[in-house]
Amino acid sequence: MFMSIIIENLTHIYNFGNPFETKALNDINLNIEKGEFIGLIGHTGSGKSTLIQHLNGLLKPSSGKIIINGFDITKKGVSLREIRQKVGLVFQYPEHQLFEETVYKDVAFGPLNLGLEEEEVHIRVKEAIELVGLKFEEVKERSPFELSGGQRRRVAIAGVVAMKPEVLILDEPTAGLDPRARDEILSQIKALHQKYNITIILVSHSMEDIAKLVDRIIVMHKGNVALTGKPSEVFRNVALLESIGLGVPQITYLMKMLHKLGKPVREDIFTIEDAKKEILKLMRRN
Amino acid sequence: MLRDITIGQYYPAASAIHRLDPRVKILSTFVYMIALFVVKNFVDYTYILVFLGASIFLSKVPFSYMIKGLKPLFLIITLTFGINIFMTKGEVLYQLGPLDITKEGISQAVFMATRLILLIIGTSLLTLTTSPINLTDGIEKLLNPFKKVGVPAHELAMMMTIALRFIPTLLEETDKIMKAQMARGADFESGNILKRAKSLVPLLVPLFISAFRRADELAMAMEARCYRGGENRTRMRELSLHTRDFIAFIVTIFVLVAVLVNRFA
Repeated sequence: MFMSIIIENLTHIYNFGNPFETKALNDINLNIEKGEFIGLIGHTGSGKSTLIQHLNGLLKPSSGKIIINGFDITKKGVSLREIRQKVGLVFQYPEHQLFEETVYKDVAFGPLNLGLEEEEVHIRVKEAIELVGLKFEEVKERSPFELSGGQRRRVAIAGVVAMKPEVLILDEPTAGLDPRARDEILSQIKALHQKYNITIILVSHSMEDIAKLVDRIIVMHKGNVALTGKPSEVFRNVALLESIGLGVPQITYLMKMLHKLGKPVREDIFTIEDAKKEILKLMRRN
Repeated sequence: MLRDITIGQYYPAASAIHRLDPRVKILSTFVYMIALFVVKNFVDYTYILVFLGASIFLSKVPFSYMIKGLKPLFLIITLTFGINIFMTKGEVLYQLGPLDITKEGISQAVFMATRLILLIIGTSLLTLTTSPINLTDGIEKLLNPFKKVGVPAHELAMMMTIALRFIPTLLEETDKIMKAQMARGADFESGNILKRAKSLVPLLVPLFISAFRRADELAMAMEARCYRGGENRTRMRELSLHTRDFIAFIVTIFVLVAVLVNRFA
């Protein structure tokens, strides 16, 4: 299998050699396959943000290597533009970085920085805006500041999508959104993953979203990888997850409770859809 | 990168200087500045140096930390040095095109640069050893007598507290927006001045928007808690002067007097 991201012995120390020195990442080793959908979870301060900032060259490792699609981005003299073309990073509350007069210009900012032709930029902007579920003709001339919060967030995501990265990293893309906007954004991310087969790394505090979407979970704790595996494997470790300030989806707790009460249901259920099936099965049996 | 700015920052430590009353520290800083500007020859710098050295030693703030605070002002110091070295008339030592380097120029340049460095280190010692809350409390108390002539002492102090409080927040915000735009391929580091100035637009627009949003939210939060200015406000910790405060102030005055005597007598 072709590896998309290989992280070798990655360590990052903030404020090296200063009284405020802190080790944010401690000898991380990870492999992420091309086209994988990864969920990155961890308590605040576990090193998630530091890790993802390394993946597109915003932070330089104190030691260790990161290889993206066969290309060592931690080597000296690597063009940052090239890294950022490969890896798109959507920060938390990305709508706070919007600055242009029109939606079109804002989404075009990234592609123009890549030095693309105007025609190509136009195609990409249109495609990206539609991919995030907005109507191109309707929004392109509007100011991003007159849109609603959810729409603004989508414009910001489109700004990164338009750079056509091979790896897309999203840091809590649904924080602070209403349930509907949240579902829409998540389903667009899923569609993006399926349509272009790009590698996606989703940072989230919602175990429900993670369980529903991702192929594999990486759990960070105090700068280390505490656990990694399929959702069904990771969410089995309830005690460990709870001890590091995380948890499992609510629905899993419900199923565990039913099981404890003597109902013959499976405990390893992480999404509402599966729970529905299981409970219906139980009721039919009665 | 932006986190390296130490000017206006507080360095928590348990030291004799930290414990001094903020009013004494503010006044002493003023006296120190006056003394610094009274000095007209290198020899008298000794008094200032000894005083400053002792203060830094007592404050337990690492010296390297103070030097770091000088970095952003390096340009101003160099500029002062450059202007003085070329613009002072006197005995010509070396000619550099149309510019003359004179003996007096060198001495003047070194003198002014030293003054500037001492000024910066001395004043930053005030903010390094005084927490923002204490600092504004001190300013408010010092301005109180001027209330009668219409100086809004409390409001000024509150404005300062808020401004100081938001320096780290805004620095963090700048760092975050910068990174976000860099992730979109923005380049803040290369190109000529014009290009660089233009590249700041994607940084400044979001920064201003967020600053206004924060101001709005803060005003709302303060009003929700019935804030209405300084009238009849009491405080949790009243400032009080101790023997150590008087001693510190007398020592500072002594430095000023010594410098004055050397200058005029």
